[in-house]
Amino acid sequence: MTPVDTVLDQDSATPMATKPERLWPYLLLGVVLGVVFTRAEVVSWFRIQEMFRFQSFHMYGIIGSAVAVGALGVQIIKRLGLRSVTHQPIQLPTETFRAPGWQYWIGGTSFGLGWGLLGACPGPIYVLFGNGVTVMAVAFLSALAGVWSYAALRDRLPHS
Amino acid sequence: MTDLLTSPWPWYVAGPIIGLTVPLVYLYAGRKWGVSSTFRDVCAATLPGRSEYLRYSWRTLGGWRLTMAAGLVLGGFLAGVTRASDVAISSATVADLSALGITDFSGLVPAELFSWGALATPAGLVLIVGGGFLVGFGTRYANGCTSGHAISGLASLRLTSLVAVIGFFVGGLVSTWILLPLLLGGGAS
Repeated sequence: MTPVDTVLDQDSATPMATKPERLWPYLLLGVVLGVVFTRAEVVSWFRIQEMFRFQSFHMYGIIGSAVAVGALGVQIIKRLGLRSVTHQPIQLPTETFRAPGWQYWIGGTSFGLGWGLLGACPGPIYVLFGNGVTVMAVAFLSALAGVWSYAALRDRLPHS
Repeated sequence: MTDLLTSPWPWYVAGPIIGLTVPLVYLYAGRKWGVSSTFRDVCAATLPGRSEYLRYSWRTLGGWRLTMAAGLVLGGFLAGVTRASDVAISSATVADLSALGITDFSGLVPAELFSWGALATPAGLVLIVGGGFLVGFGTRYANGCTSGHAISGLASLRLTSLVAVIGFFVGGLVSTWILLPLLLGGGAS
């Protein structure tokens, strides 16, 4: 079974034959998020432990308010039918109902096991490396090995 | 102002900024914000092999997020050099982690578990290498991580993302309450 998002990914290959895409806004976004992630301590293994032990509201407040603000933004884009400033189609997920398949249950739980051990999800792996926790390079390479393993096993793993 | 740049930020400042990223990236280029796809991009760029999953135009599809990832490293660096972070976690968490043998609570992560020296210890090896592997494998299997599913996905009210996030928490709770005590065994590693 081909995961739906992957298909979407391929469809969205934006034709950029004319000129290369402007990338500096994304560098800026990354820098801002890197600073926010550090200052709000979401990159901290201690904070993740605190979250999984339900001993502080901090992480729940961050994730909860991020989802609320994000959802509000997405609704405004939808309701007003806003267009992107670079004239690319907005790839909002389609609302067709689909029972979540095995990939979300097993994949999600595998990720969670790793998140609980490493105390860092993908964004924080980058941010921690920048912060001087250079051993995160090993975690990064290990994550790549995880992706390779998934790519190799993909046809034999249950998805839907 | 200097205070805002140097002291820990409360959740109600950080959360909305992170949440704003979702509509902002949509409105800029129509893209769904997520970080873990960069792992796939790097694999596709370096060693795609014969896997169909890793053969795609990573430059076109992933250029933006790889650039963002470089920014994350840079942002982390800038934040790190402007202020050393000591994380003020709750005393209950300090007590729990002390019982697991952690003594050093300075910095963003415990140096006893996340340092080059710790790689030589069984616990450090499992946490860094095993944890990293599961993060990479899991994000690709579930097709998203905390940013793509928990923030972007839930913000779009997707059921699949909700299931993935439930999985994230089930896994995290198992790691925290079962695997960590087994690995750390209550003694210093």
